[in-house]
Amino acid sequence: MAIRVGPTRHALEDLELRLLLEGIYQHYGYDFREYARASLRRRVWRRLLEEGLETISALQDRLLHDPQCFERLLVDLSVTVTTMFRDPSFYQALREKVVPLLRTYPFVRVWNAGCSTGEETFSLAILLHEEGLGERARIYATDINDVVVRQAKLGTFSLEKMREYTQNYIRSGGKASFSDYYKVYGDKARFDPSLVDNVVFAQHNLVSDSEFNQFHLIVCRNVMIYFDRSLQDKVHDLFHRSLVRFGVLALGHKESLRFTSHTDDYEEVDGREKLWRRIS
Amino acid sequence: MAEDLLSPRLIVVGTSWGGADALAALLGALPPEFPVPMAVVQHRGADSLEGVLVRFLQEHCAVPVREADDKDAIEDGTVYVGPSDYHLLVEKGSFALSVDPPVTLSRPSIDVLFESAADSYGPDLVAVVLTGANRDGTDGARAVKEQGGVVLVQDPGSATRPEMPAAVIHSVEVDEVLPLERLAARIAGMGLEP
Ligand SMILES: C[S@@+](CC[C@H](N)C(=O)[O-])C[C@H]1O[C@@H](n2cnc3c(N)ncnc32)[C@H](O)[C@@H]1O
Repeated sequence: MAIRVGPTRHALEDLELRLLLEGIYQHYGYDFREYARASLRRRVWRRLLEEGLETISALQDRLLHDPQCFERLLVDLSVTVTTMFRDPSFYQALREKVVPLLRTYPFVRVWNAGCSTGEETFSLAILLHEEGLGERARIYATDINDVVVRQAKLGTFSLEKMREYTQNYIRSGGKASFSDYYKVYGDKARFDPSLVDNVVFAQHNLVSDSEFNQFHLIVCRNVMIYFDRSLQDKVHDLFHRSLVRFGVLALGHKESLRFTSHTDDYEEVDGREKLWRRIS
Repeated sequence: MAEDLLSPRLIVVGTSWGGADALAALLGALPPEFPVPMAVVQHRGADSLEGVLVRFLQEHCAVPVREADDKDAIEDGTVYVGPSDYHLLVEKGSFALSVDPPVTLSRPSIDVLFESAADSYGPDLVAVVLTGANRDGTDGARAVKEQGGVVLVQDPGSATRPEMPAAVIHSVEVDEVLPLERLAARIAGMGLEP
């Protein structure tokens, strides 16, 4: 009898993955059930092989009985890759098109959701500082992963990266000399702590935590690409509730509102740079 | 030759050094009504200007060429190019992007595209490896074969850089090795059979 191995094996693996995510959710409270499958599967497989196991079910067994194994998977699952002034043209558009809108408010609240190790937060803080908004803006920088949030507070990045970041900063329309913002300690660049006097760093899970303030600008780049469409939609509900009317939403270069139920609630500020303004 | 080869539901293409011209030749051979969606990954710098590769390929190609956005549906009769500085992954019927660290030194990585496409499309997948000077694509091609898909490789002798296609042929049992022109004709005929 001929069994078509491909699809059958695939369906079985799909089932194992769903059971694993359900188990993690019920036992540890972390909800990855609606994360985008393809990259999630890659990372689950990496963990599984490193544990010397052969099936996702075997990994589930170990995870549920050994919290340390779960900790290891958590590290694998959180992709914290980030860059200062990633996509310089985005920061340029922020300066030219969004800052003038922010200036109309006496006090500005910014939410940097999925801030990772803080490179993006410091980029935003530098930009607001140079635009004269440093004193009257507060940035809330949040991430699901408390390890990276603690790291973000330090504002200490690898010196090796400074050449690339300096290039990005210049191309983003930076107005000062980038090296004035940090001091070098060994192989680290430590950014001026006063840049983040007005930054609140906190752990916050976009999947399960609720809104906590009203914002004039929400920056959430390259975070929701890890979510499936239905989860993206839920997070967009959260952002919509968290934005003041005419507040601005900023997404990553390859993300859009197209697949959400909020397309009509926003107007474009800059289509290429993925900047939208809430209009209803 | 596997029957599936005649009408795959998705074609994935990976290339590196010399890839732009090879892709132009490959896509240039497609008839305007070519039905099978295609996803292309070409290694390039993180700072390469957005849209340049897409415009260049569109000039040579009768089928619409687009850069893939996150969660874009995979539509028939469209060539999708993975954006620079992101991995392009295939889900069932749609794309997903990631900024995970480079794989085999590359982002976008051909392995990531091929492996995720193999997972989602199994035997309905054709993977094509063109010119390149590294080993990206070998693990991906293996995954495609394991899931029952078809792997076609540009004849290293006809490639601008032979290393990448040669690495695949060396470690994976591929279906066909063809010079670029014949490879292009082979693909152009897919999905058009009665
Ligand atoms: C690829 S990084 C992007 C960092 C930064 N925004 C950028 O674009 O450079 C994705 C970040 O999203 C965070 N993240 C993932 N799931 C999350 C969730 N449910 N809630 C909040 N943050 C999350 C990860 O921990 C990680 O730091």
